[in-house]
Amino acid sequence: MASNSSGDESTRHQTARHRLSVIAGHLQRPTDRNAALLAVDCKAQGSKPNVNTSDRGEGRTVPRRRQEIMKWNGWGYSDSRFLFNKKGQAEFTGNRYRLSGMIIPGLKDWMEGTFGANLQHKTQATPVLNTSAVQPPTLNEAFVEELKSTGIPFSHEAEDRVFRAHGHCLHEIFALREGKIGRVPDMVVWPNCHNNVVKIVELACKHNVCLIPYGGGTSVSSALECPPEETRSIVSLDTSQMNRILWIDEKNLTAHVESGIVGQDLERLLNESGYCTGHEPDSMEFSSLGGWVATRASGMKKNIYGNIEDLVVHIKMVTPRGVIEKSCQGPRMSTGPDIHHFILGSEGTLGVVTEVTIKIRPMPEYQKYGSVVFPNFEQGVACLREVARQRCAPASIRLMDNEQFKFGHALKPQISSIFTSFLDGLKKFYITKFKGFDPNRLCVATLLFEGPREKVLQHEKQVYDIAAKFGGLAAGEDNGQRGYMLTFVIAYLRDLGMDYYVIGESFETSVPWDRVLDICRNVKARIVRECKDKGVQFPPLSTCRVTQTYDAGACVYFYFAFNYRGLSDPVHVYEQVEHAAREEILANGGSLSHHHGAKHHQLYLNHG
Amino acid sequence: MANTYRVLDKVRLQDEEEFVDILEDKRYCSDLRFAFRTFSPPPYKGAPACSSDELNQAVLESQYLRYVIKEVALETGSSVEEVRDEACGIMWEMSQNLQLRFIRLLGFAVRKVFKRIFSAIYVNMEGLQVLQQATQECPVILMPNHRSYIDFLVVSYILFNYDIPVPVIAAGIPLAGMKIVGEILRRSGAFFIRRAIGSDKLYWAVLSEYVRTIVRKGFAPLEFFVEGLRSRTLKSLPPKLGMMNMILEPFFKGEVYDVTLLPISISYDRVLEESLLAHELLGVPKPRESTAGLLKASRVLQENYGCMHVNFGRPLSVRRLCEGKINRCQYNLTPRDLPQKPNAEAQACGSWLAHMIVRLQEEGALTSPWSLMACVLLQVPTAVLTEEGLLFHQLTEQTLWLRKLALDFRAHLNWPEKVPDSDVMSSTMALHRSVVYRKAGRVYLTRNDELERKHSIEEDMMRTAAALLMLASYRNQCLHVFVRPALLALAMSITKSTKKDELLTCFCFLQELFSNEFVFIPGQSSQDFEEACSLLHKCKAVHVGQWEVTDSDTGPEVLSFLQELLKPFIESYQLMFRFLCEERDCVFREKDFLSGVRTLATKLIVSGELHTYEALSSDMQKNVLSSLRRLGAVTKITISENNEYKVNKSAVRRTGDMLAGRIPLQIVQAAPDARL
Repeated sequence: MASNSSGDESTRHQTARHRLSVIAGHLQRPTDRNAALLAVDCKAQGSKPNVNTSDRGEGRTVPRRRQEIMKWNGWGYSDSRFLFNKKGQAEFTGNRYRLSGMIIPGLKDWMEGTFGANLQHKTQATPVLNTSAVQPPTLNEAFVEELKSTGIPFSHEAEDRVFRAHGHCLHEIFALREGKIGRVPDMVVWPNCHNNVVKIVELACKHNVCLIPYGGGTSVSSALECPPEETRSIVSLDTSQMNRILWIDEKNLTAHVESGIVGQDLERLLNESGYCTGHEPDSMEFSSLGGWVATRASGMKKNIYGNIEDLVVHIKMVTPRGVIEKSCQGPRMSTGPDIHHFILGSEGTLGVVTEVTIKIRPMPEYQKYGSVVFPNFEQGVACLREVARQRCAPASIRLMDNEQFKFGHALKPQISSIFTSFLDGLKKFYITKFKGFDPNRLCVATLLFEGPREKVLQHEKQVYDIAAKFGGLAAGEDNGQRGYMLTFVIAYLRDLGMDYYVIGESFETSVPWDRVLDICRNVKARIVRECKDKGVQFPPLSTCRVTQTYDAGACVYFYFAFNYRGLSDPVHVYEQVEHAAREEILANGGSLSHHHGAKHHQLYLNHG
Repeated sequence: MANTYRVLDKVRLQDEEEFVDILEDKRYCSDLRFAFRTFSPPPYKGAPACSSDELNQAVLESQYLRYVIKEVALETGSSVEEVRDEACGIMWEMSQNLQLRFIRLLGFAVRKVFKRIFSAIYVNMEGLQVLQQATQECPVILMPNHRSYIDFLVVSYILFNYDIPVPVIAAGIPLAGMKIVGEILRRSGAFFIRRAIGSDKLYWAVLSEYVRTIVRKGFAPLEFFVEGLRSRTLKSLPPKLGMMNMILEPFFKGEVYDVTLLPISISYDRVLEESLLAHELLGVPKPRESTAGLLKASRVLQENYGCMHVNFGRPLSVRRLCEGKINRCQYNLTPRDLPQKPNAEAQACGSWLAHMIVRLQEEGALTSPWSLMACVLLQVPTAVLTEEGLLFHQLTEQTLWLRKLALDFRAHLNWPEKVPDSDVMSSTMALHRSVVYRKAGRVYLTRNDELERKHSIEEDMMRTAAALLMLASYRNQCLHVFVRPALLALAMSITKSTKKDELLTCFCFLQELFSNEFVFIPGQSSQDFEEACSLLHKCKAVHVGQWEVTDSDTGPEVLSFLQELLKPFIESYQLMFRFLCEERDCVFREKDFLSGVRTLATKLIVSGELHTYEALSSDMQKNVLSSLRRLGAVTKITISENNEYKVNKSAVRRTGDMLAGRIPLQIVQAAPDARL
């Protein structure tokens, strides 16, 4: 929350705040110049001829009323979802994705086999939001009055408020599906530009109103949860309408962008000008630039483009004490601690990020997927370690364990021709019979190369040569591409699972190289054991992938899901198991999070 | 602490488990066919199998060893290559070379021998099934007690029999020196550890990395004797902690998900080495392990040794036991390969676990009728046993009384069912005719006088002593059943008090004083005390109130029996205290102490002043030394090479007076044991 929250601040907080204001004072422009700005000023400001920003909203994914295109109690677009059709085959609806409209024959068996799920046992989510279940808003009349006079759009409709009361943690979605609605924001405002935000924050301070910044709503750290004990009016500040690229600087290869733009729009608009940021977190369809900054996000192609902290050149953040920004766009500074470093990862607790200058690159000339099969996970990790040692990681390299490989396999769409199915059979025969890979141990690394064609091919050869040293066999582009698809549809799959008593979530960590294998084994085993101890009737899915490589370590990503039939409080069990898994991660030398953020983990940070 | 209790309770639940004689059904099938049976243990899920060469390779190439080699090279001034060669040499001397065909060969030979000397080998099948499951999940550490050389072979033999991966076994280096046999053992999975490693840094490094690598790879169970040595007295020995710490480290550092500890209790009706051990205790040196010696000893194979019980305990998860005891995050900030001593927390944890294993071994052991008889016989004056003989029916009566008491104390008895008690008694006596024999309704001590010739008094005494020490050893086999109540009974007689807190103080003093004789889990004195109270209460010997423990009408019989049971220890300790106080010099050598005590004890036994022969046992003598050292009454002079000690006579006298109840107890300084 950006406003001054609880009254009894500890002295520590006060000092911190004081220091913050001093720092802010150094960095701030004279504020009185902008003091009387109204919303209408936004239109004129900052538009550049080379980017079409005047018709706001056109070509943008996210409307003010999110409910028009998105699910209120699940992931993503309303028209896209997995379901089992009348024949009992899995199908993905809609037409937005490569997988849309396709039959996925393997999914049913996989779900039944992995979770002991059964198509007969279905648990339906509450279909529509029951607005009467939503508490009436606690409005701060004075605030509302003054806000009205600024002309900034706002709403206190139940649907709008419920939409902004949650991220995508399991417990949040689970509660929504059951129609349970807790404390929600009392009001939603949609600023159109930086100055709007300045105004809103100013009014919030003046009238003692809480602000919760809301970007894409994809948080998995409970950062959007409204504290139930909060009695003041809570206002959700939705940045989604601040979605313009304000300018592109082709000489310095930077773009100045409003923080509410979502990843897919940013990338598409930049592509129109021949550029990209290369920042592609798995949530990029819906997550926003401001959210990336606030959570220290990481993109899958960070090996080429860097993580968000490497990408930002300049950040503008509105705090209760004024606007913080650097005075120049220099690539590096040595003037005391870098203020970006406390903005990055602050998860909206210090202020609202409104504008970001981000590095851009010319679009890659050539892209190629690839994959390598290893006889076992140990060999795979050894190969990734070697790739990192030689610093020749492709744009993305991920190593999935055996379970996840099978998971990815289950998502293969129906094969159209007999020829491809024959080829697949042949491939399988070659790997398991001829090469002697154990189908229950082998694992696959998925690769994505980017760059000039010549270099990509050269690079590809280098990586495949290293892989060969560790017993890896090239396994084709298709396997690679499907691996990446899995991460984009996983959230949709979770909704499908929840229809059939399966709940799950992902969490991630970063860990030194020498501990990668140990942490993967121990955390997975701990999950299995804890599930058993907590009375879960079926063995859980406990799987991981090494998803990023660094010089000194790697990022490991875990999926964990189980069939909760027979449990009275599945979410509680889930949370206990996740807690145990986190504890195991810490005991094995891993970090609490690599890129998801850590709001609801304050507990750990205190003693960890 | 709560943990221990849970574990102990669980183990107790298996009370009525069924034992199966594994020789029974096989007696008629040919040994050869047995040896060639298909052996297909279910594989370990954690990692692929690993040959002994791969294992050695992994150890030698480990980062840890590379660090140490570099360090040693720097310290000694020799080149890294030389040190590495030395490390290779150590590896070569140490490493096992497990090969299935030698297991088969061993299986063949062992079976032949076992069938001849044992009438049955009983194994609890349930324990085996659980073990088979456990070997697939995580690294398993088999931890048998160690009473006989036979222990080495029997576990491997049983596992081979039931399709469970055969273990690699930690053995003492002398065994490796035996021609052929050493090699056979090596190929059956034994690896060899030197006895006195001392401060040989390189050796420690190779050994510890070797053990840790076995645990990490988990391809085969690791078997080792936590007591470190074969117990000469058939009593549990205080556990050695070096191995234990090595085994725990991979878990603490997250290199394995869990480690499973499996206590195994092996109980013999009659131990092959019985007379050898007794003579060793009397100062006759143990024959060097040699193949020739083994062949000579083959005459022991002519005799019958009754039954053997192998009780596989329940697997213990180190992870669960260490929950809340160890902060694994402490290893996060330094490379795990860096040589580091285990910190106090880890050591305390290792010590606690090791002691608990010993306790579980004791609880899993089966008490034989003979062992109960030995308790009774040792309470009879020696002269009765050597001269006029003890009435057989009197022995029977008292043994049966003791059986009841033992059952009250939750002992596992292997008293044959559906056989008249008198038959049990006679057959037991027959089995142990090397110690006692029956003539005309009376029981006498057997003294090896095949040769009818005149003996000097001294020689005569030694023969009596040998027989009595054998008897004492068999009594020791069941001492763990009685020791806690017995210490309480002793405390009652020493303090003459009924107040619980005074009794507890005395109880703790006795535990501390006798901690080399009886194994107690450190830091659990009050639980032990409570247990003693409840057991004595159960057999109606005492009333236990909130603040007081008072003896009941039926109390004296039980209490005096228990006090008598420990009397040999008290007397021997007092004798040695007296010896130390009477010595002119304050500084003495261990060797002189041993021979001095022996001379004094012999003199006093002959004069009739000392009633127990156990003071002659070198084991007891050494225990007194360590006990006094722990209490600070004796200190080792570190500069000298031949174990010289300095004695604080007043402290020794005070300890003796406290033990005799002549002066009130002062709080004894217990050895510091962090965080228990």
